[in-house]
Order: sequence, then C-alpha cells, then structure tokens
Amino acid sequence: MASGVKTRVKLPKQARAGEVITIKTLISHRMESGHRLDPSGQPVPRSIIHRFLCTFEGETVIDLGIGPGISTNPFFKFQAIVPGPGVFTFAWFDDDGAIYTDSRSITVI
Amino acid sequence: MTWDRRKFLGTGIAVTGALSAPAVLSEEAGKPRVVVIGGGAGGATAARYIAKDSEGAIDVTLVEPSRVYFSCFFSNLYIGGLKSIDDIGHTYGALAANHGINVIHDWAVGVNRAARTVTLAGGAVLSYDKLIISPGIDFVEGSVEGWSVSSQNRMPHAYKAGSQSELLRAQIENMPEGGVYAMVAPPNPYRCPPGPYERISMVAHVLKTTNPSAKIIIADPKPKFSKMALFEDGWATHYPGMIDWIGEDFGGGNVSVDPDRMTLTIDGEELTVDVCNVIPAMKAGRIAELADVTDGSWAPVNAIDMSSKADPDVYVLGDASQQGDMPKSGFSANSQAKVCANAVRSALTGSRVFPPRYANTCWSLIAVNDGVKVGATYEATEEKIARVDGFISQTGESAETRHSTYRESVNWYAAISEDMFD
Repeated sequence: MASGVKTRVKLPKQARAGEVITIKTLISHRMESGHRLDPSGQPVPRSIIHRFLCTFEGETVIDLGIGPGISTNPFFKFQAIVPGPGVFTFAWFDDDGAIYTDSRSITVI
Repeated sequence: MTWDRRKFLGTGIAVTGALSAPAVLSEEAGKPRVVVIGGGAGGATAARYIAKDSEGAIDVTLVEPSRVYFSCFFSNLYIGGLKSIDDIGHTYGALAANHGINVIHDWAVGVNRAARTVTLAGGAVLSYDKLIISPGIDFVEGSVEGWSVSSQNRMPHAYKAGSQSELLRAQIENMPEGGVYAMVAPPNPYRCPPGPYERISMVAHVLKTTNPSAKIIIADPKPKFSKMALFEDGWATHYPGMIDWIGEDFGGGNVSVDPDRMTLTIDGEELTVDVCNVIPAMKAGRIAELADVTDGSWAPVNAIDMSSKADPDVYVLGDASQQGDMPKSGFSANSQAKVCANAVRSALTGSRVFPPRYANTCWSLIAVNDGVKVGATYEATEEKIARVDGFISQTGESAETRHSTYRESVNWYAAISEDMFD
C-alpha cells in the first residue's frame, strides 16, 4: 500500500427523488507514471490508481479506467441522479493491489 | 559604513554653517520634498533611490513605525529553523547616514491631499511635493469567522514578520507528540502567493525531525494555489502522509475558528488543533484608505509610473497597489519602487525618464536545498502592468538544479537587502 494515501468525497446529505446531484472525489496519491528516471538513471516503477468506481445501491454510477498521464492527487467531479435514499460507494484501485474505499449515504426529502 | 576624512570634515562644516547662518536652512527648505510612508521593499527602495540618485537635490523623508524591519520574505525559513530572527531583521541607520534620508519612526495617521501634508501619530505635520505610500497589507476584519486581531496570540497569522513569526515558531516547537498544525489559507489576492505553502513545507520540515507523527491540515478557500504541482510533488516526496490540503471543492472556504477552545470547523466538521495559523483575507494598509486612494480593497495605480489613479502627486507601491498582473511580493515592490523613483526624480528635477521595466521572481523552499521558483517580466500598458513572459520550476528536476535555485534565492535576499537598506 502506497504511503500517504487519503480519500475525500463531497456530496449533499439529502436530495429530492430524481434530483441531479454533483459528486466530487479526490485521492491523495503520487501517481508515479513509470516514465520518470531516478537520480541514478533507472526508471521509477509505475504506481498509479488505475481504476475508479462509484456505485449506488449496487448499480454502477461511473467506472473509470485511469492511465499514467493523470496528475498527482486525481480529482473527479461528476453528476448522478438520485432515484431514492441509499448509499454511494467509492473505490480506487491501486497498481499495488490495494483498494481504497469510502461511502456516503443520502436521504431523500 | 566607512567614513572618509574629507566627507567627515565636509559634514562638520555644513553643520556649523547651518547653526550660524539661518539662510542655509531656508535654502534647504526650498528643495522639492518627497515623503515616503512605509519602510518595506517598496518604500525603503524608493526612498533610497530618490535620495541616492538625486544627490541631495531632493529632500526625502521616510516614515516607518518599526525600528527594525523583519522581512516577510525568508520569514518562513526562520520558522523552518534555517535562519535566525536576526538574519531577517534590518535597521534604517544606513539610509540616514549614507543617503541623508530623514527617517522618522512614527505612524502616518492622515493624509491631506489638497494641502499636500501627512500627519503623524506624534502630531507632526510633513509637507510634500510627491507622496509615496507603501504600507503593505492589513487584514480584512471578519474574513475568518471567530478570528480577530485580538486573538492573534492564540491563533497567529505570522504574515507580518517579527514577533508573530517568533510566536508561531514557539507554538510549533511546543506541539504535543502527534499534534495537529492547522492553517487557514487566505483568498486571492494576497501578499506572497506561494508563501502559505512554503510555510507548510517549513513546518513539515521541523515536524519531520522533532514530531514525525504530527499532522498538518490546510483549509483553503481556493480551488488551486501558486506552484501547486511543485508543492504537492515535494510534499509527497519529503513529507508523505503528513499534509492534508482541503481546497474549495471540499469545503476549505467554509471555515470558522474558536480561539478559546482551539477548534477549527471545516465545512461543518469540528477539529481540535494544537496550532492554528490563521491567515485572513487582506487589503491595502490602512493609510492608503485614509489617503482615499483605494477603490475597494486596493489602490489602483497607473502602470507607467505607479502613480495613483486618484492623484498624480501620490504613488502607491507594492502589496497595497492594484497594478495588474504582478504578484504581491517583495521583489515586485522593489521593482516598482525603482520605476517610481525614476519618475518622481524626473518630475521634481527634470532628470531623464527611462521606460518602465518590471520583473518578479518568487522562490520557495520545499525542504533543505530543495528550492523552486516562478517568475516573469512585465510591461506597462495603458490598462495595467501586463505580463510579458515567465518561467516556472518543473517537477522531477535534479537535486542539483533545486539546490542552485535555492542558492539563487539566498543571493537575491542579500541583494535586495542591500538595495533597500545600504
């Protein structure tokens, strides 16, 4: 597991049924591209988050494949329709096999 | 300073002459008079260049309340333990002794632009032909909920260097093991755009050795900041897992503090912290408002010579001015001061005017010998000081490049200190 990884998610705590909400996520991660050389001229091994998945009650909201061109601390902002109350889950997949997860529940008014 | 015997004798004779012959005094009074308010990178440079280059033809008075000027630039290196407080302290004696500047340690509390006078807190009234206002910044009251100047001992800003820097450093040293250092970063525009993030780097540098399990949290009202990629890359390299930056997207602008309970609330979530470094929103130093040359928070100026848009006999330099594209920095103020000094001399003595040229570089230190920079050159247009071209350090530079960037900043510090005070 890479060091210093922290996830962050922001979305409203409540919404109306059928409302479109904005979700923002960020993961603090080096995103080492694998293309850089260390001081001795050896390539620095690639270590990135290669996939990001958001689901709502088992249904996929967004599923992203991420390449080495993405910068440090990937930030995603996207929109989702809220059909009813439930839980959004978020997962970031690291090259080293680690999966970082977070979740947020939303109520419907 | 060095005294040569001829100069010393000459001064002695002039003084004797003045005492016995009042006529000399009235001749002295006939010189054009420049008053400079504020002895920082803008004011001290302007006063020095006008006095030096006019060779006594202009009577220059510098009004500055502090006996010792602690530069805001490099004060983060003091916080990081890489400089002593004396390294960043400067006195005004040489300006008086070498250049004949009348240095008055007092507060300017009023400007009467119709009568062309400046009133000092001590009651004196100074007349001017040209007035240069370079007061730096003051804080916008109420910009961070729960914070006021009266709580700056509990929650220091350390954004006017000196005792506040010493206080912040002491608080960092006294943090409990595994404690939390929080910063409330300011909204744009503000003094020294990379300053808060260089400070975070220097705090992390201290904590890494003395208190490695401590954490740093930054609540920032901005979605991004100066040299962000360089800082984030450097933080991940030198201080992995220690620094947590919460930008506008995650509620970093929605903050309040409680100095009595030492709490910081970010987007509704309350945290108890050990050090809370609150850097509020900024505006031009108060005297610019009193002189009625501000429009909103800052004082608009003409790009050609830094003269106020409100009054051709008043000039505003440095952080307080609203000039266009230059960042608010000591380097910028120093650069603007030379353009202004040239224009003021020309207006008062008919000396040649050179076309204005402006430049700035902001260096930041991320860790020992790991220096980065951003800078640009600027030109005067009708509308503003406009950026011409620029440069910025890159991520992945060699340690040698970063070390040489740091050495450049050290040399610059020595050079600007001389340019202001020698």
